[in-house]
Amino acid sequence: MTSYTYRKFKNKLFFWLSLGCVIIAVLPLLSILFEVVIKGAPQLSIQFITKPVGIMGQSAGGIGPAIQGTLILIGLTSLIGIPIGVISGIYLAEYGDNKYADSIRIINGVLTGVPSIVIGVTVFLAAVIFLRHFSPLAGGLALSIIAIPIIARTTEESLKLVPNSIREASLALGVHKWRTIISVDLPAAKSALITGILLAVARIAGETAPLIMTILGSQTFFEGFNQPMDALPLRIWRDAQLPYANFQAQAWGAALVLILIVLSLNIGVRIANRGRLVK
Amino acid sequence: MRPKLSGDLLFKILTTVLAASAAVILIVIAYTLFTGSLPVLKWSGLYFFTGTKWNAVRMLYGALPYMLGTLVTSAIALIIAVPISLGIAIFLADMAPSALRVPISYLVELLAAVPSVIFGLWGLFVMRFWVVKYIETPLSTYLGWFPAFSGTPFGLDVLNAGIILAIMIIPIVSSISREIIQAVPNSVKEGAYSIGATRWEVIRNWELNYGRSGIFGAVILGLGRAVGETMAVTMLIGNAVGPAAIPISLLKPGQTMASLIANDFAEATRGSIEYSAYIGVGLFLLLVTLSINVIAHFIVARSLKIKGGAVE
Amino acid sequence: MESQNSQNSQKTKQKKMNYKLIGVAIIIIIALVGGALGVALVTRSPNTVTTATATQTVTSSGVTTATITATTTSTATSSSTSKTLPSVILNGAGSTFQQPVLSVMIPAYEATRTDIALTVNYQGVGSGAGISDLEAGTVDFAASDVPGAVTLPTGAPASTQVLWIPDTIGCVTVSYNLKLTNGTVMSIHDQPLYLNGSVIAGIFDGQITSWNDPHIAALNPNIASLLPAKSIVAVHRSDSSGTTYIFSGYLCKESSYFNATDGPGPSKTTVFTAPNLVGANGNAGVAAVVQGDTYSIGYVELAYALQNTMPVSAIQNVQGNWILPSLNSTQIAVQAAALSGLPANNQSWTKVSLLNANAAGAYPIVAFTYLVVYKELDVIPGMTQSMATALAQFLYWVVQTSGGQSYSNGISFAQLPSNVVTIDDAGILSLTFNGQSLNV
Repeated sequence: MTSYTYRKFKNKLFFWLSLGCVIIAVLPLLSILFEVVIKGAPQLSIQFITKPVGIMGQSAGGIGPAIQGTLILIGLTSLIGIPIGVISGIYLAEYGDNKYADSIRIINGVLTGVPSIVIGVTVFLAAVIFLRHFSPLAGGLALSIIAIPIIARTTEESLKLVPNSIREASLALGVHKWRTIISVDLPAAKSALITGILLAVARIAGETAPLIMTILGSQTFFEGFNQPMDALPLRIWRDAQLPYANFQAQAWGAALVLILIVLSLNIGVRIANRGRLVK
Repeated sequence: MRPKLSGDLLFKILTTVLAASAAVILIVIAYTLFTGSLPVLKWSGLYFFTGTKWNAVRMLYGALPYMLGTLVTSAIALIIAVPISLGIAIFLADMAPSALRVPISYLVELLAAVPSVIFGLWGLFVMRFWVVKYIETPLSTYLGWFPAFSGTPFGLDVLNAGIILAIMIIPIVSSISREIIQAVPNSVKEGAYSIGATRWEVIRNWELNYGRSGIFGAVILGLGRAVGETMAVTMLIGNAVGPAAIPISLLKPGQTMASLIANDFAEATRGSIEYSAYIGVGLFLLLVTLSINVIAHFIVARSLKIKGGAVE
Repeated sequence: MESQNSQNSQKTKQKKMNYKLIGVAIIIIIALVGGALGVALVTRSPNTVTTATATQTVTSSGVTTATITATTTSTATSSSTSKTLPSVILNGAGSTFQQPVLSVMIPAYEATRTDIALTVNYQGVGSGAGISDLEAGTVDFAASDVPGAVTLPTGAPASTQVLWIPDTIGCVTVSYNLKLTNGTVMSIHDQPLYLNGSVIAGIFDGQITSWNDPHIAALNPNIASLLPAKSIVAVHRSDSSGTTYIFSGYLCKESSYFNATDGPGPSKTTVFTAPNLVGANGNAGVAAVVQGDTYSIGYVELAYALQNTMPVSAIQNVQGNWILPSLNSTQIAVQAAALSGLPANNQSWTKVSLLNANAAGAYPIVAFTYLVVYKELDVIPGMTQSMATALAQFLYWVVQTSGGQSYSNGISFAQLPSNVVTIDDAGILSLTFNGQSLNV
């Protein structure tokens, strides 16, 4: 029988070990944030944010088109992905007590695990070949495919948080079910719903792989829905592979802008949900 | 008094149809990839899964090296990430003072919010040199005779890709494990404490035991994420092709299925067999991630359903 | 009382949610408006865009060049806002070998056109992909270092001819990143590494695997004792590359072993069999990998090595002299190469070679690189009369000594000799659109 002091020692040991694990996991995050800020902040300037990319071997220019591209993609994905995702989620929450809904739930779960490059290849084969050019629409479509399962699931969960008593009260007053859903349930679930949407947007803003084959990347601002376009994650990827130090620095600057967008969305929803019980 | 049904019916139809979008998307993905890979599957047959040469000139397409590459990098990622994730899960579920729990769990989740390409950027310009200096060069110097550590490390290799994957899957494995551990019924824990077990003993002998299958599910989910991860791996794995991509040595460049497509698909001539070969790799990657995720889904759902809300 | 309290807390809860809702709505609106503004800004004034982003070079392989030369085009903008010039957009794709030249020539040419708003988009996707794009009809011209067969787009008559228009001459350097055992990293200010063709071939076909191999030491007696016992990491092009074609063409001449094992077969693709091989996309990608990884060696066009101050090896030429790659040694090679009996543009240039030029100061790995177009420009889907004319005029300007060629020396590319210019002139003037020759 092991002695009590030995057991106490083991207790302490594993406390420190598990704390060590936490530190090991947090260190990369801190390092990334540190490096991105240190290397990216010197790049920030009005010019950097508005000018297009420069020539290799000369000035690196700026990331204006990349920022615009990311904003356009967010807009397109919101137009396509949010409605479809939310309405799917409404179905799953409000009408979803059957086998069909169960299988949709499983499919949604499975879709979130599909590698984004596979989605990119699919949209390339299905849309870009069909359209015969690279297109922001294809990029928006690919990102929407990523976003829809996520938004559907968070919408379902947020609607499930609405207490049944509210629904029943509305139905008892004679309001039709569909009106109830729109006028009562959705507003009640508003904050969780929006949280889910914003987190999905933050996620797709950082996706690169689906964009490689759908919008290709470009040096110029948006030129139309049948021309290639740039985006922040794409620009980071391209610049990181160049030997020129000024382009590599540009990659860090773009990374800083991207991280600011993503983190402010993430932290923003956290702060707004402070005190509320959200997972 | 019969309520008007048309509005309800329309809305129900609308939502039902749109909910099917997930299924439609999945079918489109599977169909597109399947038809796109038929040419190479007809051409190479079984060689696609067993062969190692990848050569557009001699029209040989063996994807085995990349499958092995995915396997090895994911294995490295799991070996590194699972103990660390369990440590974090234990710390947050049981050992941490309650004031620290929210900030620390938040930090770990923030790790999941960082885009993959930024991980790749950081890995390429920061982490890589650190790993080369403190891990790979000693390994190569002292253990270089061992095939797994042969070669001159310069940072773009299988080990580095595995490490960055590990960092990226820690949030998901640790957060699900934490849920599993927290779902252990209080009665079990109280019973253990009442016979005099220390905190660690309760964790090791009761909680981890009880949550075994759920944690296994979390690990599988992490595996699924590691297999499908593209950008960070692409930037760190070194872009080897053909037999050179067989991951014998951890310190040499390699290639995973996902990184192969990201690196080289754009160069293939449209409509050629080579083109179809990349699509074939994509199809296989899809099948692997689908299987892993379906299995994980069932394991995690089952254990959360059984264990959660048990007798208080 | 209770209901009052709960009513108040309901109101405050609603207020909190309202703030958040407002914040969220603002973010989404900003995103959409920002994108829309960008669209509006761009589509409203095509001329400003053209001049401000004179070249758009987009790649699928990570090589990006574009130019914003606001200085040279500011005069054009002021005059163009008063009336809108017809906009002509030309698309080209291909070689990264000549991309540095094109990225300088294109904006310079665009600036000379005050009658149209010309945009020439060039994507450095590699010679092979460029030719594929041309065959698919998705670009108007291709740039390739690999003269060979080009299939016709679907629907083009079988009599359609392909024109290979040499537009510049560059050289392939063997660049390296080597740390000696005394800790010094070899730089461009030090003595270069001395290599010859058979040793380079040995590195890339796997016969020479370590930096302190006796073959390397024998050529570099001054640093032989400082060569480290580390494996050589050979960096090659993973995309379909004309630079690889030029490089391996040289290695095949120098090493029969390389010729037998790795050399390009009839389909002109080389497969390197070095044990430690890393692939990269584009000349810039190879440069990036070599630059970032000690003990690596790779082949890049001279401009990339110069722009990144990467050390390059001195290679032994046919006369036994050790020659560093430079504009000068390239020019000597051009002058010395037997350039008689050159084909016309619509004939095959596969036998034309500037490799191993026989002169004292000639660099051995020098090559022409080509702009490729169909002679009957109407076979490209979407081609219009104005585009065809602009393309022909652009090509003509590029090959003129006083035109595009005057820009090449600045980035260490050699100018075309006058007999080649004459051939090109004839070829470009023979371009037709819908059967009519163009007003070049």
